[in-house]
Amino acid sequence: MPPGLLDIESLTREEIAALLERTRFFQPQPNESYRRLDTLKGKTIVNLFFEASTRTRVSFEIAAKRLGADTLTIAAQGSSVSKGESLVDTLNTLAAMRPNAIVMRHAASGAPHFLARHLHIPIVNAGDGTHEHPTQALLDARTILDRLPTLEGLRVAIIGDIAHSRVARSNVHLLSKFGAEIVLCGPPSLLPRELEQLAPGVRLAYDMTEAIRGAGVVMMLRVQLERQHEAPMAAGEYFRFYGLRLDHLALAQPDAIVMHPGPINRGRELSSEVADSQRSVILNQVENGVAVRMAVLERILSQ
Amino acid sequence: MSALLIKGGRVIDPSQGLDAIADVLIRDGKIESVGTNLNAAEADIFDATGAIVAPGFIDMHVHLREPGIEHAETIETGSKAAAAGGFTTICCMPNTIPVNDSATVTSYIVQRAHQVAKVNIFPIGAITKGSLGEELAAIGSMCEAGIVAISDDGRPVMNARVMRRAMELARALNIPVIDHCEDLNLSAGGDMNEGVESVRLGLGGIPSSSEDVMVARDLLLAEQTGAHFHVAHLSTRRSVAMVAFAKSRLLKVSCEVTPHHFAITDQELGAYDSNFKMKPPLRCHADVDAIIDGIVSGVVDAIATDHAPHAGSDKMQEFERCPFGITGLETALGLSLAELFHTGRITLMRLVELFTTGPANILQLNRGTLKPGVPGDVTVFDLDTEWTFDVQQSASKSRNSPFHGRRFRGGPIATIVGGETVSCRRPYGTENN
Repeated sequence: MPPGLLDIESLTREEIAALLERTRFFQPQPNESYRRLDTLKGKTIVNLFFEASTRTRVSFEIAAKRLGADTLTIAAQGSSVSKGESLVDTLNTLAAMRPNAIVMRHAASGAPHFLARHLHIPIVNAGDGTHEHPTQALLDARTILDRLPTLEGLRVAIIGDIAHSRVARSNVHLLSKFGAEIVLCGPPSLLPRELEQLAPGVRLAYDMTEAIRGAGVVMMLRVQLERQHEAPMAAGEYFRFYGLRLDHLALAQPDAIVMHPGPINRGRELSSEVADSQRSVILNQVENGVAVRMAVLERILSQ
Repeated sequence: MSALLIKGGRVIDPSQGLDAIADVLIRDGKIESVGTNLNAAEADIFDATGAIVAPGFIDMHVHLREPGIEHAETIETGSKAAAAGGFTTICCMPNTIPVNDSATVTSYIVQRAHQVAKVNIFPIGAITKGSLGEELAAIGSMCEAGIVAISDDGRPVMNARVMRRAMELARALNIPVIDHCEDLNLSAGGDMNEGVESVRLGLGGIPSSSEDVMVARDLLLAEQTGAHFHVAHLSTRRSVAMVAFAKSRLLKVSCEVTPHHFAITDQELGAYDSNFKMKPPLRCHADVDAIIDGIVSGVVDAIATDHAPHAGSDKMQEFERCPFGITGLETALGLSLAELFHTGRITLMRLVELFTTGPANILQLNRGTLKPGVPGDVTVFDLDTEWTFDVQQSASKSRNSPFHGRRFRGGPIATIVGGETVSCRRPYGTENN
């Protein structure tokens, strides 16, 4: 694995499997908190968030602290970014203070890849535009594997704004590498036909019931209003055609789980009943986020 | 009075169907004669043995950034890059600051070119005031001041009625209308070709249809108005087909393609390198194949670079934030040789035509030929010298090329403008290099 973690697409199945296995070591027992380790004692990690984020930012911070690293978090507002400094200059300035890694989220696709070409410091991508969100896919896979035996042959329905979803792209790459069957579903303008060629094992559906039928995992995505240039369909129609309700779940496998990367919009992507149902593993995803990020940071920084 | 005798080269002049070992004599800035064993006692000698001697190359699509954006390029530096690339004549697009939409700006460019330029420069005027697409620019006065065509390159005229009026006027003035064909509603939010690659990279797509619908619209307007419509940097297979169809109906239509659109595809910008970002975007293999077929069949009239320099600070940004455009003057001939000639797709005669008679006929320039009496513009190039493009050595002020480090076989040797050698790649044992 190259220094840093830019995307899932360029990882091998073995590298991913190793990270997922290592994550188990960091998962706390029920009713336990995360253990405090000193694996990364003396290391400094900068969290640089150019886009608003609560769960990912906090999750990375806790992960780093549990490993004994020093962390500091910079939000784009109030930093020199708002004074017109370019991204490269900002990163160079930070790099000059010799942190051991930079965790960054940015609204532009490929921003971490662009920086990785100019900086000699490991960069962990915490979400880049509409491209990838690699640690989200890792924590999703860990969450699935905590409940189901294998990803091989597993039917996963990913539903919502696929076009603008970095979560969907990372998940498609990861699940495909492990032989899952992936059905992507959404309104036509949010489901470009080329997605079918993104990775092996992907097919598209515009009809939600078709996507959910026989699925072992139903993954709902947030409607990303901030990234859409125009409404995908008439107001009010979205939940009717692409919102997940309890009755949909009868079509899925009996042990099917419902996932969502958060933050959830009750009544937009999924009904409140679904969000609070036994099928929902949304909070398990959040919980696994810390363990997965510990595994990633350990992997990158203890080399 | 001066004279230059270019001896012993293989002279290729499509305007006369000439392909033979011959000498070219330029006297007092004009071609005097082409023939074997020419002698002129007082002339400087340029030994072109083993090289190709062609009419001076013309690039009908260049951005010189002056006035207004001189930190990216100037008329002087752009002309030096042109000379280094083998071009003796370039045409500059009007998207400067201010926009070249008046005789004042046109005259400034013409005068400045006379003072500092290494090569001939012909301005192209705006179609609309400020290239805002609303009100026609001072096209008649600009014609008097020296423009050779009109275009709102980069900011296409979306209003079909305005475009119709512009075509009517251009027809009366006997100049072509050059359109950067892009429907801005379809391309909005796009940063690269729409397709598998844009979906994979999570970048906004620019669909082929955004070009195609505008080519279709303009062809219909050209048929209605009788204007000469020229498609700038054509990049899609459907547009190639439409231009071919229009030509079969004997419309006054022509088109150019850029070297980057036939040399590379959208699969090559994997690392979010902004030097691969331009409009129209790099397309897919099927489009590249269709463009090359169009070059072979004659649908394509000219190769033009769309040389679009941008300062490093503008290009050194996140892919979706940086401006569109790449430099191209110094790599055009090398890329054309590599992708068109060395691959056996076209003859040398055809290659020279695309750089000379092609653009000269579109713009009605009395150039692109070695007939006696025309300005003494000559491009000398070779087919086999191996060289590597180093963007840091570029004569342009900007460095935004995707071809840094690319190896080439064959390229420009000497650029001669009005009998003066303005660029020479290697000494030829003569008095004037």
